[in-house]
Amino acid sequence: MSGPQAKETGSVKTVVFEVLRYDPAKDRAPRLEEYPVPVTKAMTVLDGLLWIKEHKDPTLSWRSSCRMGMCGSCGMFINGLPRLACNNQIVHLHSSRITIKPLPNFDIIRDLVPDLERMFGLHRTVKPYLIRRDRAEQNHPTGEYYQSQQELADYIQFAYCIKCGLCLSACPTVATSRSFTGPQGLTQGWRYALDTRDEGAAEREAEIFSEHGVYRCHFAGACSHVCPKGVDPALAIQLAKKDAFFGSLSLRKKRRATSVAPTVQHGADVKGIPKAPEPTVPQKG
Amino acid sequence: MRESKLWFWHILSAVVILVFLGIHMGIMHLDAILWALGIGSGDPVRSADVFRRSRQLFFMVTYVILLGSALFHGLYGFRSMLWELSLPRAVEKAVGGACALAGFALFIYGSYVAVAVFRMGR
Amino acid sequence: MRYRRKNQLGLWGWLGGGRWGPERYAYALHRLTGLGILAYFIMHIFVTGSRVGGPERWESTMASLSTPFFKAGEFLVFLAFSYHAINGVRLIFVELGTLIGKPGILSYPFSYSALRQRPLLIAAMVAATMLMIVGGADFYFLTK
Repeated sequence: MSGPQAKETGSVKTVVFEVLRYDPAKDRAPRLEEYPVPVTKAMTVLDGLLWIKEHKDPTLSWRSSCRMGMCGSCGMFINGLPRLACNNQIVHLHSSRITIKPLPNFDIIRDLVPDLERMFGLHRTVKPYLIRRDRAEQNHPTGEYYQSQQELADYIQFAYCIKCGLCLSACPTVATSRSFTGPQGLTQGWRYALDTRDEGAAEREAEIFSEHGVYRCHFAGACSHVCPKGVDPALAIQLAKKDAFFGSLSLRKKRRATSVAPTVQHGADVKGIPKAPEPTVPQKG
Repeated sequence: MRESKLWFWHILSAVVILVFLGIHMGIMHLDAILWALGIGSGDPVRSADVFRRSRQLFFMVTYVILLGSALFHGLYGFRSMLWELSLPRAVEKAVGGACALAGFALFIYGSYVAVAVFRMGR
Repeated sequence: MRYRRKNQLGLWGWLGGGRWGPERYAYALHRLTGLGILAYFIMHIFVTGSRVGGPERWESTMASLSTPFFKAGEFLVFLAFSYHAINGVRLIFVELGTLIGKPGILSYPFSYSALRQRPLLIAAMVAATMLMIVGGADFYFLTK
């Protein structure tokens, strides 16, 4: 790939990328290296890193994949905030100097690559899967579970988490506490509590309302501020606290999980739905 | 869950403190304004005023309530702050125990003072 | 052997470490004022405990604490109380799930809980400042 051409993509200006470099096999400590990058209007920070790798330093390492803000791979600390590199255009940062460091609160593997196992381990502790008492139905499903549009709307925004880890980088409690479940884990735990198909609230309660659960959140709001998908972890956590508080005053409504919808056999008579016309082509079986 | 109960009382004690500390701050630090409105002598720490209040049942009871709520609220907050510092489990337990002990001890001392002064002039 | 370099923000993550929104700084200040008030409160229990010794003991305790240094300290505690109490009222509402909106079907650009309660944060800061000004006036300017 050649550099951007002025007449094709608009005016070119030079922005200095200050990138943290750290090779554990060679370096004793991380250091910042500067790369002047020619920038055009629609270039994202990820495009800038790709330009550096292609033209200046092929050893620069980071994670990226979809380049469109949905895989969650390219989380980095860019100009003072955890952001997705692919989701932020360089000109929108309004600076002639872009400082890129790996996500804080995660160990560094190399250069800009964080070790996200911390987040995945915490995520596992909240059992992020549908739990039903009827295990046979879960293992061999006979039909769909009922769920209305309103019931879906009550939790679906929390299901849009792409596990990018930006929220854990932003959270002040994660900065000091290794045992705090974190905004991502607590939001996913509460997503299942709000899901009307789920019957596993009691199993998750021990983790969500423990001494390192929702009560170690103090509404700094930084997690929601940086979340690229609008998941709003802070909202999920405060809703969990609300449920616990008013539940302890016996105001919480008891809710039964939704049931399995009966399966309609193909071609069966269903009340109110007109029968299909006869097939015009010979049918097998 | 134990933590849910503690946090519930943390919020409730905050509301109690808002009411009673609000009154206390009003008497202590809005004294010039209250005096201009005809309430109080304008010098709330004068011993005559202090002992006049201390001998009223309303103040004795509210001092004890304020003491208990503020000690619980403050020490629970302090303990929570320390528990977020990734300390070893044994140290965390010791911190929790020390906060509880300090809270009880200070509550007993403060209540004793409130009741003793209340009974002084009787 | 796995090489991993530690990258925790630590206590700097409580105080700053990035270009955060106002709620994160409000949280840090709430903690700082809480610590200050707690430290003062424990001393206060012992100072006011001296009234058990009668009016003379009380007067001598008050006399030793009426220097400008202690008066300034007490004013600082009043400032801390003003902020902590009024921000605390905001936190009671927010942490009980009110005034932060409801989950729903969202589209970009996303709103979120902290953004929705920002008017409340601004109102709380204004109210706290007004209380500090009134208290400051009473401390230093208004006399009987």
